[in-house]
Amino acid sequence: MEIPYTTTARPDTGLYNAKLGIWLFLASEVMLFGGLFSAYVLLRVGAPEGFWPHGWLSVTLGTVNTLILALSAITTLLAWVACKVGDFRKFKMFHAFTLLLALTFLCVKSYEYHDKWIHYEIHLKDGRIADGHLEEQDDQTVTILGRIIPGDQEQLLYDLRSQKNIPKDEIKLDRSNILKMENYGPRHNTFTAIYFTMTGLHALHILGGCVVIGFLWGPGTRMWKTDHERFTNRIEISGLFWHFVDLVWIFLFPVLYLT
Amino acid sequence: MSDTTSTSTSVDIKSTARLCGVVLFVIACTTAVMIYTSFQPFGWPAKVALILGVAVVNAFLVASYLMHLLSEKKMVFIVGFFTVCFFISLMGLTVWAMQDFPVGTTK
Repeated sequence: MEIPYTTTARPDTGLYNAKLGIWLFLASEVMLFGGLFSAYVLLRVGAPEGFWPHGWLSVTLGTVNTLILALSAITTLLAWVACKVGDFRKFKMFHAFTLLLALTFLCVKSYEYHDKWIHYEIHLKDGRIADGHLEEQDDQTVTILGRIIPGDQEQLLYDLRSQKNIPKDEIKLDRSNILKMENYGPRHNTFTAIYFTMTGLHALHILGGCVVIGFLWGPGTRMWKTDHERFTNRIEISGLFWHFVDLVWIFLFPVLYLT
Repeated sequence: MSDTTSTSTSVDIKSTARLCGVVLFVIACTTAVMIYTSFQPFGWPAKVALILGVAVVNAFLVASYLMHLLSEKKMVFIVGFFTVCFFISLMGLTVWAMQDFPVGTTK
């Protein structure tokens, strides 16, 4: 039995199956990310004055990722147009670019995650706080590249934007003087928790998109010859998903990196 | 595999690439505006409103030109309408919840 409306539009909706399906899926995705944005707003507004991080994330890397994703949205559109006009070589080229840009985005994101993972806040027994990137550690000592601040000036750790050229020194700490040592992972505070949740979910979407785009670029191209119109529709559907992922980032970037 | 197929279409790569170039340029400019704004000494609410306003312009560009929302069928608009209604309600609930405290307590 042949499935109807895989390429032709249903008379009542004016859309083929997959297109209606992807729009319904994207609507559910808006609800998923909407819930997280809502959680962010509550956490942000509920944070005590001066204790919400500013300048913890690299605006430069965030901007680079914004442009990478915008460019990949364009190459995926061009891949679809190449499909429409029947230019196989250009389709392969544009889709390969999309895949490369997506992987570059993930690499940049991984670098940012790693940077947070090796960044430690160390509470010392004398009340002071050491903050910086872990250089090396052994059973006796921990060495970080950062600074030490008095315990009553913890707020300095939150607003990095207002502090220009923070001095960084190599600091060797004796483990016997350390009270608590914690990296800037998801459990560090509510900001890192929501940051890793939102960007992690977004990165998973990028990864999922890579799998689909990779399939359509590689083994999936068999359909180019057997059912070209359906293949073109698949490219359009994957493109719509990709644009949505770009849309989410368009809001994630200012919310997490700039405000 | 053949390099060409016989698909009749009204789109062409060059004109789409030109349009995409314009969209990319505008997105880059608006992103620069957002970053510039974030470093200005405005009050936090004004800054957030301005930055999110620019982000909405960016989102509009992507949705209308790259996702072809401007030329979509009525059904897509209906789905979009309900989605936007949900999103606004969700954010409205969030704002409402921020003013809602148990009886006898204050913020």
